[in-house]
Amino acid sequence: MIESDIGVELTLDLLEDLRRELDRQADQAHLFELLGRRLVELLEPAEPVVAAGPAGEPAVIAVVGVNGTGKTTSIAKLAHRFGSQGHRVIVGAADTFRAAAIEQLEIWARRAGADFVAHQPGSDPAAVAFDAISAGRARGANVVILDTAGRLHTKKNLMEELRKVIRVSGRAQEGAPHETLLVLDATTGANAFEQARQFGEACRLTGAILTKLDGTARGGTVFRIRRELSVPVKLLGTGEGLDDLLDLDPAAFVDALLRPVAQAGGGAS
Amino acid sequence: MSVLFGSLGERLQGALKRLRSRGKLSEADINAAMREVRMALLEADVNYKVARDFASRIGERAVGQEVLESLTPAQQVVKIVHEELTGLLGGVTARLAVAARPPTVIMLVGLQGAGKTTTCGKLALRLHKEGRRPLLVGLDTQRPAAGLQLQRLAESLGVSFYVAEAGSDPIAGVRQALTEAARLGCDYVLMDTAGRLHVDSGLMEQLAAAKRAAAPHEVLLVVDAMTGQDAVRVAEEFSGAVGIDGVIMTKLDGDTRGGAALSVKAVTGKPIKFAGMGEKLDALEPFHPERMASRILGMGDVLTLIERAEETIDQKKAVEMERKLRQAEFTLEDFLDQLKQVRQMGGLEQILSMVPGMSRKNIPGAVDESELARTEAIINSMTAAERRNPSIIDGSRRRRIARGSGTNVQAVNRLLRSYSDARRLLRQMTGREKGGRPSPWF
Repeated sequence: MIESDIGVELTLDLLEDLRRELDRQADQAHLFELLGRRLVELLEPAEPVVAAGPAGEPAVIAVVGVNGTGKTTSIAKLAHRFGSQGHRVIVGAADTFRAAAIEQLEIWARRAGADFVAHQPGSDPAAVAFDAISAGRARGANVVILDTAGRLHTKKNLMEELRKVIRVSGRAQEGAPHETLLVLDATTGANAFEQARQFGEACRLTGAILTKLDGTARGGTVFRIRRELSVPVKLLGTGEGLDDLLDLDPAAFVDALLRPVAQAGGGAS
Repeated sequence: MSVLFGSLGERLQGALKRLRSRGKLSEADINAAMREVRMALLEADVNYKVARDFASRIGERAVGQEVLESLTPAQQVVKIVHEELTGLLGGVTARLAVAARPPTVIMLVGLQGAGKTTTCGKLALRLHKEGRRPLLVGLDTQRPAAGLQLQRLAESLGVSFYVAEAGSDPIAGVRQALTEAARLGCDYVLMDTAGRLHVDSGLMEQLAAAKRAAAPHEVLLVVDAMTGQDAVRVAEEFSGAVGIDGVIMTKLDGDTRGGAALSVKAVTGKPIKFAGMGEKLDALEPFHPERMASRILGMGDVLTLIERAEETIDQKKAVEMERKLRQAEFTLEDFLDQLKQVRQMGGLEQILSMVPGMSRKNIPGAVDESELARTEAIINSMTAAERRNPSIIDGSRRRRIARGSGTNVQAVNRLLRSYSDARRLLRQMTGREKGGRPSPWF
């Protein structure tokens, strides 16, 4: 379990729980079933991503996270998903820092059939957010998705910049952003918890996207993040294609996490 | 390197401190401490097998005669932990390979989002500063605008580049890049490859083929320092399918406990050569295992601090500053100079973290870098005369300075007050201890 990044403390808690049950019945298959059920409980209820804003206004989704977790790709997938559901989508390129980030998003937006709003590299990301939301309202879009620059959660001034993007979004449209999603890399270890905690302090997180699940990482950190920070994982990234975005299914997720352990004979903890 | 390995260091220090509070050590004392060491490593994402081996190796050595019979057993244990940690991190500082016949070809590989492209740019800057002629090569034909990103980096650094067309065959790109390097007379070729998952056998095979075509002198695996237990599998797979010669750890400027760094070397046997310490292109440092081990154990990293100081501080200026400090002639202009130097050295928080005994907890309220920026803005808004002689700054000047720096009069007042406090302090210090050498900054 430690190998799947669940975390030392939570693992010990779960083991303690199981030990109590074990006094009554000690059968290995049963043990795994029990453990699985505990873990599924930790992820429930699964919550979907918002689809529409209040009465005739677009739903605004801000996507945040540290560098290299897959924000831009996840946004492309989200835009594609909303587009194929018949929604009109606008993406705003509020990552004005990284070289060629704007072009990367533009290419994705085109592939996903979404409208695209951007400023010059190096310009104020909050202004981009404002313009993207205003454009969304003017053009009658259903969804506005904001890409933000990757930033380490320990950089005070960058987190301050993010706060401003969120604040200014609220000024462009009351209640925006309706959804703030943190993108977490499944290969990240215990640090994912710190990311969720500190991004949560800067902006009210409504959920998370867990990416790169097509590798060997199993994303065990999400249990602690849900349990201690109440941030639910809503979406899973499972590949580089536009369709590789799934809603979280707690039972299937836990099954994928435990299967290799169960097959190995349940010896590893 | 602000809070690098911070929590791991604190946990390890805690475990060892408890040992220090005892005179003679029993085997039970040491076993208890080793259990703590193992937990600290696990919590820092160190691979569980690596953590287990590490703790038991220390335990064995510590229980041996050299420790229990020594007069300062706790010190001995700390020394063993330091040695083993240094070994775990790679022992000696590893250097980049140099080809007998240039160009030296270096290939960067890794998962998506590890930071390959940015690291390529950082390596190019480093080589460029050393007077080399690097060619940046973009072989990522997969990710949208990846080539463009590399091109922008190359242009901002003023180095040559070759970017394979989006969607084209990277192997063809390798050959063209090598021709281009020969034509331009470049002595280093830095190849950025597409990010790929280690389980994607098709893409791993493609990478192995690109390696055969490029015949690189060095293949470096770029690893995100925040990676969890998966780091070991990633390193094993890349090592097995492609073959690597070394590792670059990125994003070490966050608050990661950096367990990945400790595991990767243990598993692959390949050294960590560089550490990425920030988003700016000059934020790449050689990786020094011995110094890093000291830093983890809270022994500070005075060597890096001195090196940084020598790189950034102008010797003549330092002597002049010392004289001024002694005679309490320290003006606001000098203060501004000092601020700039601190910034060049990587900011106050980084500097403090390298001082022995300064863990993150010891730094009161974490240093607010933006406060320094504000101070700089205020001093920049003063006239030369005002900086030399702050006593002429009256109410109307204060209002002008506040407007000019985008702050308020209170902020200006605060700065002037702390400046005059500092001067008073200096006068007292220089009055009391004659000949005491003040530090080169502050």
